Amino acid sequence: MPAIDRRLLTHFEWLLPLLVLAVATLGILTIYSATWTPATVGPPALAMRQLAWLGAGVVAMLLATSFDYRRLDHSAYLIYGLCLAALIAVPLVGTVAGGSRRWLRFGPIAVQPSEFMKLGMIVLLAHWFSRSERTHHNLLQVAPALLLVAVPAGLILMQPDLGSAALLTVVSLSMMLMAGVRMRWFVLLAMPLLAVAPFLWGFLKEYQQQRILMFLDPTKDPLGAGYHVIQSTIAVGSGMVWGKGWLKGTQNHLDFLPEEHTDFIFSVFAEERGFVGSCMLMLLYLAIMLRLVVIAVRARDRFGLLLVSGVLATILWQVMVNIGMTTGLLPVVGITLPFMSYGGSSLLCLLFGAGLAMNVSMRRFLF
Amino acid sequence: MAAFRRFRVMPREVPPELVRRIMVVGAMATLGIALLISRLWFLQLIRGDQMRATSENNRIRLTRLPAARGLVYDRYGELLVDNRPSFDVVLVPEDARDRAATLDMLAANLKEPAEELDRRIRAPSRRPPYAGIVVERDVEWDDVVALETHQLELPGVSIQVQPRRTYPHGELASHLLGYVGEASDRELADDPRRRPGDIIGKGGLERVWDEELRGTAGGQQVEVDALGRRVRVLEEVPDVPGDTLILTIDRDLQAFAEQAMGDHRGAFVALDPRNGEILAMVSKPAYDPNWFARGIRASEWRQLTTDPWHPLTNRATQGTFAPGSIFKVAVAAGLLAERVVDRHTHVFCPGGTQFGNRWFRCWNRNGHGSVDLHTGIMQSCDVFFYLSGQRLGIDRLADYVRRFGLGYPTGVALPHEASGIIPDSDWKRRRFDAPWYPGETLSVAIGQGYVTVTPLQMAVVAATIANGGTRFRPQYVKRVEAPDGTLRREIMPEILGFADVDASVLEQVRAGMRDVVMSERGTGKRARVPGIAVAGKTGTAQVVSLNEASGKGGRERTRDHAWFIAYAPAEAPTVAVACLVEHAGGGGGAIAAPIVGQVLERYFHRTVGPAPPPAREVADARH
Repeated sequence: MPAIDRRLLTHFEWLLPLLVLAVATLGILTIYSATWTPATVGPPALAMRQLAWLGAGVVAMLLATSFDYRRLDHSAYLIYGLCLAALIAVPLVGTVAGGSRRWLRFGPIAVQPSEFMKLGMIVLLAHWFSRSERTHHNLLQVAPALLLVAVPAGLILMQPDLGSAALLTVVSLSMMLMAGVRMRWFVLLAMPLLAVAPFLWGFLKEYQQQRILMFLDPTKDPLGAGYHVIQSTIAVGSGMVWGKGWLKGTQNHLDFLPEEHTDFIFSVFAEERGFVGSCMLMLLYLAIMLRLVVIAVRARDRFGLLLVSGVLATILWQVMVNIGMTTGLLPVVGITLPFMSYGGSSLLCLLFGAGLAMNVSMRRFLF
Repeated sequence: MAAFRRFRVMPREVPPELVRRIMVVGAMATLGIALLISRLWFLQLIRGDQMRATSENNRIRLTRLPAARGLVYDRYGELLVDNRPSFDVVLVPEDARDRAATLDMLAANLKEPAEELDRRIRAPSRRPPYAGIVVERDVEWDDVVALETHQLELPGVSIQVQPRRTYPHGELASHLLGYVGEASDRELADDPRRRPGDIIGKGGLERVWDEELRGTAGGQQVEVDALGRRVRVLEEVPDVPGDTLILTIDRDLQAFAEQAMGDHRGAFVALDPRNGEILAMVSKPAYDPNWFARGIRASEWRQLTTDPWHPLTNRATQGTFAPGSIFKVAVAAGLLAERVVDRHTHVFCPGGTQFGNRWFRCWNRNGHGSVDLHTGIMQSCDVFFYLSGQRLGIDRLADYVRRFGLGYPTGVALPHEASGIIPDSDWKRRRFDAPWYPGETLSVAIGQGYVTVTPLQMAVVAATIANGGTRFRPQYVKRVEAPDGTLRREIMPEILGFADVDASVLEQVRAGMRDVVMSERGTGKRARVPGIAVAGKTGTAQVVSLNEASGKGGRERTRDHAWFIAYAPAEAPTVAVACLVEHAGGGGGAIAAPIVGQVLERYFHRTVGPAPPPAREVADARH
């Protein structure tokens, strides 16, 4: 291992992986409960599979620290292109589940290219915005970057996966803001977008329209579209201070929650762990995000800073939207809770992203 | 280090503006998490109790376990009304996410139109949320199996085992026993203890004794999943079955009387004159209460309610008919008591009498010749009663017949009992605002005109004459017992009044009634029973209120009613009966008397079934 410098070990980032693994462990325990039934013999299969993905993710995280992150800067387009190619392959050879085509299957493993695309996008945008010395880009300069975002976002939207497409877009826009693009350009951009929004309404699938309508008044149809929000809110609230206890959530085990091991994993957690547990989880996320801020601020170069800010934006948006959705603050969009929700690709990519942040942190004095 | 050589080592080149921006993002993340925590604070701490309660409501359903209704036995312990397990299909609409699909699936399984099922689901208005609605009662075992296997495709649907009322003898005594059904909105409002879906008594004794029969519903706390499927029973309060009724009805006699009535429409009542116990109460045509017990179908209900002969009406207590000549026994008591006639008074009957400008016919156009009260009763001479009734006058006549219970409900514990009409001058003024015409008294004296009575009332008249003038409340329940057999209540004979005439008066009436059957010249010879002296009175009531031109069936509806009242044995009566054959097309002596004769013969000489009841000691009611 010629690449390992002794300085790398002295500056090894311990805090971030510790926090991330703590959340991931809670995640596996919650998936265990979400998929457990009294008839289950041994641990539920999904929890075990997620544990395997966690193992793979830890390897990926360490792998992400093993090379100089600036090599990514040089091969950004290559990475972006590979991710895009995988995304294009989805409609051609992908597998269908739950009414949409999102996965590529390799033997027993199914990967979700849209998750990898998020990483690729971060790398590409970090590369794109670090080339320029100027921090006040004008609209013309930003436009090609917007196009680079729009292509994969469109592909993901067609799967259809509104949540991931929206997430990719907002994370990218957040990165642009953090890269120094002026807010006013976005305001300018948003205006025509708002104008065509009523027309876009027609392009949404019926269930997507319903989700938005139902969000505006969930009680209007408590047994129809609003059902999930109401049941999820009840699950969270019924946890009270200490929760009902692990494996004892009734909303969860009697199937009142939808997608309890993916999108609504927090409802399961909050029901069983109560306010105390939920707050601890919130504080863990806050600690992860603030640690990422510290790493970004201390980064050696602009690329490193932007790379970390991309990871930060991803986690921030996903946490806010997912918890907001499960507690009835936001409409139901299919966005998972980072490190907690079941999903191998997502966990792997997030751990790899965390590894990149560690990489940036470790190499802050190196050159 | 080879790997790093390719990179230029650059000075730290992070512009302060970017650092500022990322700090802002950090601050926003802190604010965001604070926002989420405050939301959790609100949901889990402020609204926590409420949310916990809601989650419990979500999963815990209270199921009512309806109690088995009490059993009903006849006086000798023969079971008349029973329960059996029935499988009902219950739907909790809140659990059926896709109601239309669930209903379609159910409809296919039950082979019924989905719209019909939908109508049943919408019917109950006062239903607490998550309470099940019975979609189909008493389904076949094959359907139960089919529904159980399709459980997963039928969220919200479950099978409930409930005790279902059953009447093993079908139509037997159906008007007395009554029927049950699901409580209507109005019936729910009447009694706060009732819950939607409860089965309550709707007619007959099922209705009157509902309080005793209903028992106390139990309950179950059941944990269900999001599809409403039962996960486990958390707690259970057992139901308490209703009390048992032991009736005074004699099942064998009842069955025999129903058989003796044959295809006739009408009523038959048998009482014990010593205490007012009803031994048999028949009303024809009858219905099968089992139709109601399993939930009556629309077609069956239509059939029962549109039948021109009203099978649901209990003719014994609700049917009012002109009594005709059986009325004369009560009039005779008045004639003697007021000394309008005595045993020596004779009247000449030439086959009719002129009164005012109208000729009042005797039924025997050839005339009875010289007639006294005894012969007047025995041969039912109309002229004797026209003339002496006219001398008694309508108001005194009405007073005496009312002493035998006519004109008032008998007080039997059955719903909607009719009181009949005993007219007098007051009644006429109130009713028609017109004076009483003396000619009308003549009609009343022979049980025609405005007079109407119920068969049960006439059985009470017979019993009152038989026992020497004591009017008992007709009763059909002897004892109320707890399900374990311990006595709750014994129903004692209840005296409602006395005829209040001299013993000799009733003696003369009884002598006349005895010869109606026992004399060769009597009109009721066909009621004779070997070895037993029977006393009775025939009646043939003209149906004058309808004329022949009144549409379809008018011809049949204008035929005479045949009546016969009797008691036996004449010296020490143990049974008193009244028999009415509606629109018989023949006289009481020809049509009704033979029916009474057969039933009395069965009563006294039966070799199967129970022996005749031991005579119960009843102290002389007057002292």
